[in-house]
Amino acid sequence: MVSVLLIEDDPLLRRGLELALSRYGHEIRAASSGEDGLHEFRRRPVDLVVLDLMLPGIDGLEVCRRLRSDGEVPVIMLTARGDDFDVVGGLAAGADDYVVKPAQPAVIDARIRAVLRRGVSAPDVASAGRMRTHRDLQIDTTALTVSRQGVNVALTATELRLLLTLSGSPEQVFSRQQLLREVWEHDYLGDSRLVDNCVQRLRAKIEANPAVPEYVQTVRGFGYRFGPL
Amino acid sequence: MTWRPWPRGLRTRLLAAFVLVTLLGAAASVWAGTRSAGRALVTSSQDQLVRGFSDQIGVVAPTLTYPPDQSALDRLRAAVGADTLVTYRDLRSGSGAGVDVVTDTLRQTVSTRNRMFSQRITAHGRPLLLLGTSIVVTAPDGTRTASGIEVFAVRDLSPVQHEVENLTRASIGAAALVIPLAVLLALLAAGSVLRPVRDLRDTARRLADGDLRARTAPAGADELAELTVTVNEMAESLQASITTMQRMQAEARRFAADVSHELRTPLSTLTAVMDVLSTVTDDLEPAVQESATLAITETHRLVRLVEDLMEVSRFDAGTAPLRIEDVELAGAVRDCLRARSWLDQVVLTVPEQLWVPVDRRRLDVILANLVANAFRHGRPPVLVSVLPAVAQVLITVVDHGPGLDDGVRDHVFDRFYKADAARSRSTGSGLGLAIALENARLHGGGLTAGRAETGGAQFVLRIPRNVRPS
Repeated sequence: MVSVLLIEDDPLLRRGLELALSRYGHEIRAASSGEDGLHEFRRRPVDLVVLDLMLPGIDGLEVCRRLRSDGEVPVIMLTARGDDFDVVGGLAAGADDYVVKPAQPAVIDARIRAVLRRGVSAPDVASAGRMRTHRDLQIDTTALTVSRQGVNVALTATELRLLLTLSGSPEQVFSRQQLLREVWEHDYLGDSRLVDNCVQRLRAKIEANPAVPEYVQTVRGFGYRFGPL
Repeated sequence: MTWRPWPRGLRTRLLAAFVLVTLLGAAASVWAGTRSAGRALVTSSQDQLVRGFSDQIGVVAPTLTYPPDQSALDRLRAAVGADTLVTYRDLRSGSGAGVDVVTDTLRQTVSTRNRMFSQRITAHGRPLLLLGTSIVVTAPDGTRTASGIEVFAVRDLSPVQHEVENLTRASIGAAALVIPLAVLLALLAAGSVLRPVRDLRDTARRLADGDLRARTAPAGADELAELTVTVNEMAESLQASITTMQRMQAEARRFAADVSHELRTPLSTLTAVMDVLSTVTDDLEPAVQESATLAITETHRLVRLVEDLMEVSRFDAGTAPLRIEDVELAGAVRDCLRARSWLDQVVLTVPEQLWVPVDRRRLDVILANLVANAFRHGRPPVLVSVLPAVAQVLITVVDHGPGLDDGVRDHVFDRFYKADAARSRSTGSGLGLAIALENARLHGGGLTAGRAETGGAQFVLRIPRNVRPS
């Protein structure tokens, strides 16, 4: 059973989502404010956080930032407006995915499952072998750990999945749509800003100089590729 | 441009009127002045000639023998001067070329009237003064009888006429000097009248261009200053009304946006619990089950309506973002149709590998709305065809239904427009085509409704190919 922390200030919606998501087999714990949510998470960590962005007190963006500084728990944000301002802010704060209100519980459930799948298996593990070394970067495709110059690098499930997908076929160019399908399991209308934001966060963690990336390179007008090193 | 008998510009008209009045005045004064001066000149010189004529006769006449002989007549003629004719009965003494103008009529008049006669005539192309008199003999007892001697003289008036002509020419010359002065004065006057007019025009133009703060400072206390004050007042009230209107419009838009936003949280709750309800409807008694189904359906419709309202609010507020990327059109169209299970119900004609810069999501919204509309109001088969041109791409959606009436076609993109009252509770939000049109415009393209060759409705979406990624 997956444990989900739901941070939502509206009591009726909180209860409604609790009821609905429980029926998808998740263990839901709910908090009504950012402070409560962070307190609850530190008391007993969960597998995933579903976070409303409009919160009284410390807002959703700040909660997301603090969760990120504490660890790699996946975060799905609920944006009330679906407006760019919220989405961009949430992604910059480190959210893994977002859902626009009013969302079908089935859609939220699908996103939860997709995010969690990223952390439990690597794509085409069998063919790739257990350890991959790319210059200073070492990727353990079974233990799902990454280290740079021997130092462990903590990646979120989404960042890890993105790195595994790209490095699985070095020098192959992936379009944003392709990556959205492979990593986020989004349909054809997926938001390419998810990819761009995740690439930036990944570069900040694995590149010596994120402004001049070696590993995750941009192919202007098309997408991204791993290398050539 | 139509032909006008009167110059267009106020400045030209003022100038023309000023110069015309000056010309008329100058002409009138020249005419009157030279006429009276000329007349005085002619009269005085005529009087002088007449006086000289009778004086000379008066000097010679008493010395004449009576009845005179030819030599006496010759003496008299010589005394009077050139161009003179003296007659007595059949005797005649004449000299000069001018005397031939002395007509029989004149001679008769002189002989019967018995007194001095003068007449101005024009002969040989020259103005002449004709003088005639008969000499009277005064007896010692004082009785006067005509002597029968008649004297005629012809005097040339050309010098006088030249003098008059010179006078006229001088007057006209003097008057002509006034005209440049008049033009200068007219220009000054026109300038002082036209400057406030031009200022007013500039202000009116700025007002028309939307600068509602434009005003003109009134100068002086004339009619133009009054007009300026009136225009300022008009601008003031216009600015006030437009500000009010804009505020109300902005409030109405914000209200619509706020309402849809506020509806989102309860709708999210409803959506969540309807999902729970839908899993248990099978176990309910029929009336409860139907109620639950209705509640679920209507909740989904409400969600769609609120989402469309929010989208419209974003267009109204100008905050709808356009995220352009290069999209392979055939794939995008197929994805759109496949996601809605329409792929095998639509006849699709689209060239492969046609990359067009568009907002993928917005293109999907337009296509989905057009095809849904074709299924809802038209009849199958529904045809979707993509036609690439140099500067743009045309995407046509055609159905085989009854088509759009002219009255419907004009309103088909209106918000909440329902062509058919009986179908007013169709499953659409009533905003689909309005949103499709806004999305097309956001791309710099367009969307038009018309009639297909098959008689069905035809919608043509035009997307320019030169939109650059943002």
